[in-house]
Amino acid sequence: MSSVQIRDVRKSFGNFEVLHGVSIPIEDGEFVVLVGPSGCGKSTLLRMLAGLENITSGTISIGDRVVNNVQPKERDIAMVFQNYALYPHMTVADNMGFSLKLRGASADEISNGVKRAAEILALTPLLERYPRQLSGGQRQRVAMGRAIVRDPQVFLFDEPLSNLDAKLRVAMRTEIKELHQRLKTTTVYVTHDQIEAMTMADKIVVMHDGIVEQMGTPLELYDTPANQFVAGFIGSPAMNFLKGQVKSNGSAGFEGPNGVKLPLASAPANSEGRPAVYGVRPEHFTIADDGAEAEIVVVEPTGSETQVFAKLGGEQVVAVFRERHQFNPGDKVRLKPDPALVHLFDEQTGKRLNA
Amino acid sequence: MADIAMQPRTAKRQIREATAWDQLRTNHNWLGFWFMLPAMAFLIFFLAYPLGLGVWISFTDAKIGRPGEFIGTENYEWLWGDSIFWLSVFNTLLYTFIASAIKFGIGLYLALLLNENMPFKAMLRALVLIPFIVPTVLSALAFWWIFDSQFSIISWSLKQMGVITENINFLGDVTWARVCVIFANIWRGVPFVAITLLAGLQTVQPSLYEAATLDGASKWEMFRFITYPLLTPIIAVVMTFSVLFTFTDFQLIWAMTRGGPVNATHLMATLSYQRAIIAGQLGEGAAISSAMIPFLLAAIMVSWFGLQRRKWQQGENND
Repeated sequence: MSSVQIRDVRKSFGNFEVLHGVSIPIEDGEFVVLVGPSGCGKSTLLRMLAGLENITSGTISIGDRVVNNVQPKERDIAMVFQNYALYPHMTVADNMGFSLKLRGASADEISNGVKRAAEILALTPLLERYPRQLSGGQRQRVAMGRAIVRDPQVFLFDEPLSNLDAKLRVAMRTEIKELHQRLKTTTVYVTHDQIEAMTMADKIVVMHDGIVEQMGTPLELYDTPANQFVAGFIGSPAMNFLKGQVKSNGSAGFEGPNGVKLPLASAPANSEGRPAVYGVRPEHFTIADDGAEAEIVVVEPTGSETQVFAKLGGEQVVAVFRERHQFNPGDKVRLKPDPALVHLFDEQTGKRLNA
Repeated sequence: MADIAMQPRTAKRQIREATAWDQLRTNHNWLGFWFMLPAMAFLIFFLAYPLGLGVWISFTDAKIGRPGEFIGTENYEWLWGDSIFWLSVFNTLLYTFIASAIKFGIGLYLALLLNENMPFKAMLRALVLIPFIVPTVLSALAFWWIFDSQFSIISWSLKQMGVITENINFLGDVTWARVCVIFANIWRGVPFVAITLLAGLQTVQPSLYEAATLDGASKWEMFRFITYPLLTPIIAVVMTFSVLFTFTDFQLIWAMTRGGPVNATHLMATLSYQRAIIAGQLGEGAAISSAMIPFLLAAIMVSWFGLQRRKWQQGENND
């Protein structure tokens, strides 16, 4: 186990720069999730960490060692690929033991290492099977087994769950997290799925267009997103954004589209009349007499909660209620955002304005 | 639409029982048979019939212009004691074995090379195919000229460089002649092996190599433990075809040496042609041809077992 330091790393393919100076400190034993939309450079960064891509500038160190020019096999890392990359002509046991075999380990060492990893992942009955004879989830576990056998300093996961069906994905998510809690190996996990990021990570790194938008614990990112991008990316259903301006009139307030009055706990200094984006999460709406009037468009019950799509000041917003209101499309309701949980972003830069 | 469907049908056709002919026409099993029929007819007329006829003629004393009578295994008994026939068997095996082995080696090497990322990749791949595209007789004539006893460009070049003082009698010397025809066959056969193996190489997922890199495999270990095992099914196919083509080769030999010098390059195919068509001994020629069958069957058996789906290829592939 060791820490990983990514310092001002850039990557260009030809003249095209895809990573514009990324710095991420990763502590020993930490589970870090790199998350972002496709094309944000997260997979490239992971491949650079693995040694499959060159580093254009900046440094990556594992432990105390700068690994920029270290061969992948000398980096003491193990990677789980999106398509698992299991060797189709080898049994599960051979797949898992391949790295040990290449290292020149004795037959006993290999079989002990494989057995230990197989027990951790409940793969023992499958050891003699070939990858084709396994289900998607089993292949996924073999791919993890192959990583565990090597007992590396760092685990790298490249969208490992995206080839699985929804139900299996949830199960494997828990399994990976549990595995990390047991092995406590430093892990870097790449995904485009913010739910995976939220549920698994000790630290989330939100990436977008080759830069780090924000880094922090899942709840930090959820509660105080640094900018509009992170606010919109984290959380499902996504945060509602309403354009308008800060209008205090004595107490702090916000004038949304078509003059809709929205509450603010406190206005940032010198912000009177400033154009801004008002962000409110769907679950932070309540029905209140002093709320803004909205017209319900669609009601989607999921059982545990109800998602309500409504027009607020002409803009579509979504609200989520855990209590069971009787709503019908066309109904008028009064939606009130919880002022303490409202986010305010600069209209131009998207930066967070309130504390 | 709905009201159209509601209209009563005026003249309903009588439903008649399906006749046996109807069943033959529409039953899916028979339908498959009908679709197979044209291909089957082709195979029967152009493959099975000539093969059967050849085998039959080998049991007769047919000559050109004379149908011949059944003489049992007399032709085979005669060949059994014919040293030239045995020489041709030896030549054929030597030719096939050496040429196929070298074609495999060079073909695999070229395929691995062409699979790398390099400039002008598409053009190089096209260039490799050239020997395969040139008609065999044309390339054989070119080789004949290259290996000519008087005008050989190789002899001329070596003389200019002062390596030798006299022309090498390429096609007149037993060893040289064998080397030359084998060389020509290799030149012609490599593209087929190379391009087919290249196609096989491209089916290997790049992520397997990445995984192997992280597992610590060197270039050689990647070839030994990943590429080669994954390529074995396609190697079996390619080499079967290569061996069959080489074993039955006729054009190159006939255009370059006609089996000479002193039968040193006579293959079973050329000897058969010489005896049957040139000398007119159809029965004997057919017997030589038929004698190739066991060898070819053996080659096919080897590949048949080689081609069987390996255990790792079984099961669904849902990745």
